[in-house]
This record gives sequence, structure tokens and C-alpha cells, in this order.
Amino acid sequence: MQNVVCQSDDHMISEVSSRITLADRWDHLQARLGIRRNRHRVEPGLYTLGKPSSESPVFASANYTLSFDALRSALAGVDCYILVLDTKGINVWCAAGKGTFGTDELVQRIEGTGLAEIVNHRKVIVPQLGAPGIAAHEVKQRSGFRVEYGPVRARDLPAYLETGKADNEMRRVTFHLADRLVLVPVEIVHMLLPMLVIAGVFYLVGGWLGALGTAVAIMAGVVLFPILLPWLPTANFSTKGFILGGLVAVPFILARLINAPDMETWQRTVWGLTHLLLIPSMTAFLTLNFTGSTSFTSRSGVRREIFTYFPAMAWMFGGGLVLSITMTILGLFGI
Amino acid sequence: MLNAYLANTLQFNVELCNGCIMCTAVCPHAVFSRSNGAVSLIHPERCMECGACQLNCPTGAITVDSGVGCATAMMIAALKGRQEVTCGE
Repeated sequence: MQNVVCQSDDHMISEVSSRITLADRWDHLQARLGIRRNRHRVEPGLYTLGKPSSESPVFASANYTLSFDALRSALAGVDCYILVLDTKGINVWCAAGKGTFGTDELVQRIEGTGLAEIVNHRKVIVPQLGAPGIAAHEVKQRSGFRVEYGPVRARDLPAYLETGKADNEMRRVTFHLADRLVLVPVEIVHMLLPMLVIAGVFYLVGGWLGALGTAVAIMAGVVLFPILLPWLPTANFSTKGFILGGLVAVPFILARLINAPDMETWQRTVWGLTHLLLIPSMTAFLTLNFTGSTSFTSRSGVRREIFTYFPAMAWMFGGGLVLSITMTILGLFGI
Repeated sequence: MLNAYLANTLQFNVELCNGCIMCTAVCPHAVFSRSNGAVSLIHPERCMECGACQLNCPTGAITVDSGVGCATAMMIAALKGRQEVTCGE
């Protein structure tokens, strides 16, 4: 992907191409699956793409392969410099939120790479989603370089470079179905082990229906929810989760009520109740946690959601668990 | 609580605004707009409190209690007794 060449007296500059290789795609796939999570990194520093001159534009990026590769592939045919900040392998937006894609790092990277000696102009094009970490006026004051915010998405860069400005659409972040679907694999990978453990517990205190109910509740939260997000009623993530969880709980409740002829009515009702308490609470907990994957939830809003709905989730889950344990113990005594 | 996200901490003091329009460039939800040479807050309810506008406002006309809108990060921070809420480690 890159070759290191020494260009100026004191500073190392690497060459990079805009081509995405099979190895890059393999790396992207692993990143999307959450495999080797902190190791999708690019060496921070200055890179050349094509044959840039001292007048060529400079683009800032994070040292996360998905961010860097999106940028360099979008700049195919453009002679330019890419200034990679050390964001500890985190993407631009998240790193900006943490402050690692920040003013200090940008200023230090400009100075450390000797950028002022390499280009004649004094402009760095920074991805718009890097703005939560960058104070443009402070960068100008400290380094002499003016920050110009490019579009949200790297793929809009050719149009941006052509017109010299980002239009309203380029400045808006989206969360379409494709944006949401791409999050599903990593969510599944992260939830696989917890799901097996929790399903194992509910197998012991609820049989196969208990285990299957757990798996369905969790998969509803991590797979169905991202897909159905805009179409689920209500605005809050927790209530959307309760509704989705309630819907997927219906077959389990019916199975308990109908498919146990050897049980008393009260026993079937209580078992049905365990699913009504457990499945929506688990799904809602996961959908509440999906707030961090979205592109629009505010901290104060999420805080309000946690304080309002988390106690209900905890009580429902606790109640369902206690009922399951109680019914299992009663079953052991032949009641 | 029908919608937890309608209210937020964004404040815009138009009297301090110098019209540089950096806020319109950095906001990913078009919360600000420029018309007739003046910036106005047109969709405050869309604000996700990322803090980009505040950080890039050279006159301090914008204030927002910025942070990560992530329940996981908040709950982990609460469990570990951390003040700062961030993604990842």
C-alpha cells in the first residue's frame, strides 16, 4: 500500500496509491467484523498521493485504515498530500469526540512533518466530522495553516474539489439503511459470547424456549433494530426496543400458553409472563445501547432515556429471571 | 417523555456572532443557517451536542454541553466512576 521515501532533509514522507488492494479489503472486512479491533492502523505522518507539487492540496485524516482508505481511494487522480494524525486507530468522528483527532495533534503533526517547508500555501482540508476535535481559528493561530472543512463523506471530495465548496447535502450526515446495515456484523460478533452465556442460563431456568427466547431477544436488538429503526413507532430508542421486543416475544408467550397441556393454567400463564418480561427488557437494553452507533443522538437525550427507561428494563429482567428460577424450582418439586 | 431528544443544551448568543459561518460548515445536521448575512438557529432540536460549532466559534457565541450520545459509554463511565464519557478505551 505504501512506500517510505525521504523527501526533505529532516522529514520522512511516504508514498501511497489510491488503489484498494485485496489485502486492504481483507483488512476492511476484519474491521467491520470487529476482528483485531485496535490494529487497523496506518502509520501517522505525511503521505504523497500521485505527484504532488508545492501547490498541491493537503488533506488530514485519521490513522484508521477505513478512514485513510476511504480518503485515498476517493482522491484517485488527484495529486496531493495526506496528513495522517495519530488517532490511536480510531475513525475521524469518534477520534474527534475523544479529542485525539484534535487541535494539538494537528498542529504538532503540521510542525513535525515540516509541512510549511513542503507546500507554499497554508491550507489543510479537514474532514467535516473532525470538527468536534479541531478549533480552526486556533490551528491558524498556532501553525499558520488555515483549516478548511471538506465534506462529511470522502466520496464527495471530487465534486468538492471541482467546485471548491461543499453543498448542503455534502454537509449533512445520514443514517440510511446501508449505513445501519454495515454496523450489524460487528454487533453480532460482540454479542455472540454474551448471548451464549445468557441463553445458557435461561436454558437452565427455562428450557429450550428460555434459551431460544434470549437468542431471539438479542438478535432482535442487534439485527432487526438497525434495519427497522426509522419505521418503529415512538422517538425514543428504549420504547422502540420495548415494542420490537414485545412483538418478537409473542410467539414465545403463545407457545407457553398453548403448547404445554400437562401444565396447569396458572403455570402456563407464569411461564408466558417470563417471556413478556425478559424479551422486551433485553431487546430494549440493546436498542438503548445502539444510540452510540447512530449519527444523531445527543448526550442529554441519551441521559434522559437512561434515567427514564433503564429502571424499567432492570425490574422487568430481574422479575423475569426470578419467576423463571422460581418456576424451575417448583418444577423440580413436581409442583 | 415522548421524545428525549427534543431538548438539548445548545445556546446561541446572536449578539456575539461575527458572521464567520463556521458553525454552518461544521454542523452535520444543519442546525444553523445563514440568511441575509446573519446566522440563525433554525433547527435546534436536531443538535446532537457534538460540540463542533462551539469549538469552531471564534467569538464564543455558541455554547453546548458537548459529549458522546452513547448509552454504553455513559453506563461504563458511571460503573467505573469516570467523569468523562468517551467511546472505546
